[in-house]
Amino acid sequence: MGRVSVKNISRIFTKKEDNSGTEALHNVSFDVEDGEFICLLGPSGCGKTTLLRIAAGLETQTSGEITLNGVPITGPDPKRGMVFQQYSLFPWRTVIDNITFGLEMQGISKSEARKHVEKYIELVGLEQFKNSYPYELSGGMQQRAAIARALANEPEVLLMDEPFGALDAQTRNVLQDELLKIWEQKHVTFLFVTHSVDEAVVLSDRIVVMTARPGRIKEIVKVDLPRPRSRTSPEVNHLRDRVLRLLEEERFHR
Amino acid sequence: MKNNFIKTIKENGIEALSLIIVIAIWQLVADRIVQNKLLLPSFYDVTTSFFSIIESGLIFTDALTSLLHFSIGIIAAFVIGIPLGIIMGWFKEANRAIDPIIEILRPIPPLAWIPFAIVWFGLTHQAAGFVVFAGMVFPIIVNTYTGFKNVPKVYVEAAKVLGCTRNLDLIRHIAIPSAMPSIVAGIRISMGVGWMCLVAAEMFGVSNRGLGYQIWHNYYLHRMDFVLVYMILLGFVGLLIDRFFRRYVDAKLLRWTSGTVV
Repeated sequence: MGRVSVKNISRIFTKKEDNSGTEALHNVSFDVEDGEFICLLGPSGCGKTTLLRIAAGLETQTSGEITLNGVPITGPDPKRGMVFQQYSLFPWRTVIDNITFGLEMQGISKSEARKHVEKYIELVGLEQFKNSYPYELSGGMQQRAAIARALANEPEVLLMDEPFGALDAQTRNVLQDELLKIWEQKHVTFLFVTHSVDEAVVLSDRIVVMTARPGRIKEIVKVDLPRPRSRTSPEVNHLRDRVLRLLEEERFHR
Repeated sequence: MKNNFIKTIKENGIEALSLIIVIAIWQLVADRIVQNKLLLPSFYDVTTSFFSIIESGLIFTDALTSLLHFSIGIIAAFVIGIPLGIIMGWFKEANRAIDPIIEILRPIPPLAWIPFAIVWFGLTHQAAGFVVFAGMVFPIIVNTYTGFKNVPKVYVEAAKVLGCTRNLDLIRHIAIPSAMPSIVAGIRISMGVGWMCLVAAEMFGVSNRGLGYQIWHNYYLHRMDFVLVYMILLGFVGLLIDRFFRRYVDAKLLRWTSGTVV
């Protein structure tokens, strides 16, 4: 189960030299249902990545609280998996050994872990490459492996920080479709940061649109469209239009 | 077998020819023009000297002695240099505490330690090993430290969210493998320095055996053909060690870096 609750989160980055502060997030609150797919969307620098990193336990908030199933988040935990924008596979480990990493950390033996992760390798379609090193893979394959690595820990929440941001448009579309399949198969809550309106509209149940810095919630847009969604249907276009207009307002406010 | 031999000759023909010509010129110059064994021993002289030390077995005791000195130095440099570099690279406060000491000791040329090596250890293998250590330890510390400083943050964070949160685990599973190319580069640099220190230490009387010692010993005896044999031997053994190390490292430790620029 993965119910995430964000309560009044603020984050101020202070500069050491002159004690001046930059407010990245201001009083952000929303709730995420178990198994929901949420996209965080906003202009660059609006603090969406910071919010995700606080949820991951890699960053601390200045005030407020994020809870997972009612328990406050204080540090990193395998219950909350994360996929990064940069390629984060460990280059000294093969694909399969990257995916077993989390299980090894739980004290499961390597051979046992390898057996266990076989299904995740299949899930992301990397059977042929399981013994390859990351440098031998394309960007899309690396991110697939990173998703499998996060899933192998059987997390309740998957935090994704623009995971497809560095990929070309076509690979991106393919991976979005695959991600939705994974989401349907595995009962996991998704928090997905993106700056792509298209991506948000295709993927999410709800889109949390954020304002320019300091990041606040501008509007939470419900995407009430059946899946699989066509990328060009009138409903999708209409929604995209609406979200784009919200973002455009932010550009003028700055 | 024979076919292979012919193939090798065909493939390396130019290299072999070049070597043969240089040797021929050397022999001619030494034998016909210089005509003085002290100034320039000929190729023939050097070859006979080489076989004489093989026959007497001297080559093996000296080579093994030198390798022993080198091993003492390298093991000590590993045991002290790598952990020190790790601690300095991972813990900021430790770096602040240790760095000034290192920066004072590091610029001292390793050979300047020879008197103290003799005073502390006497004329022992350990004394020669200590001089080698003094040459090797700093490149190892610096490169281990640099490697640790440059561990990409995203690997550390990825490890943390995968459940690897203790410092010891992060060092072992993330920082050491990530820093390995840098550590290995440091070891290679230090092996070159250490080999030089070894020869100097043996020449300056820290030892009464070893390839370096024999150079000095034979110089006193004015047997320059033997001096040259030991010079070539030193180069050759040094090359072998480097090749052996590189092959091992590329196959075992750094297989994952092929395809990337190191």
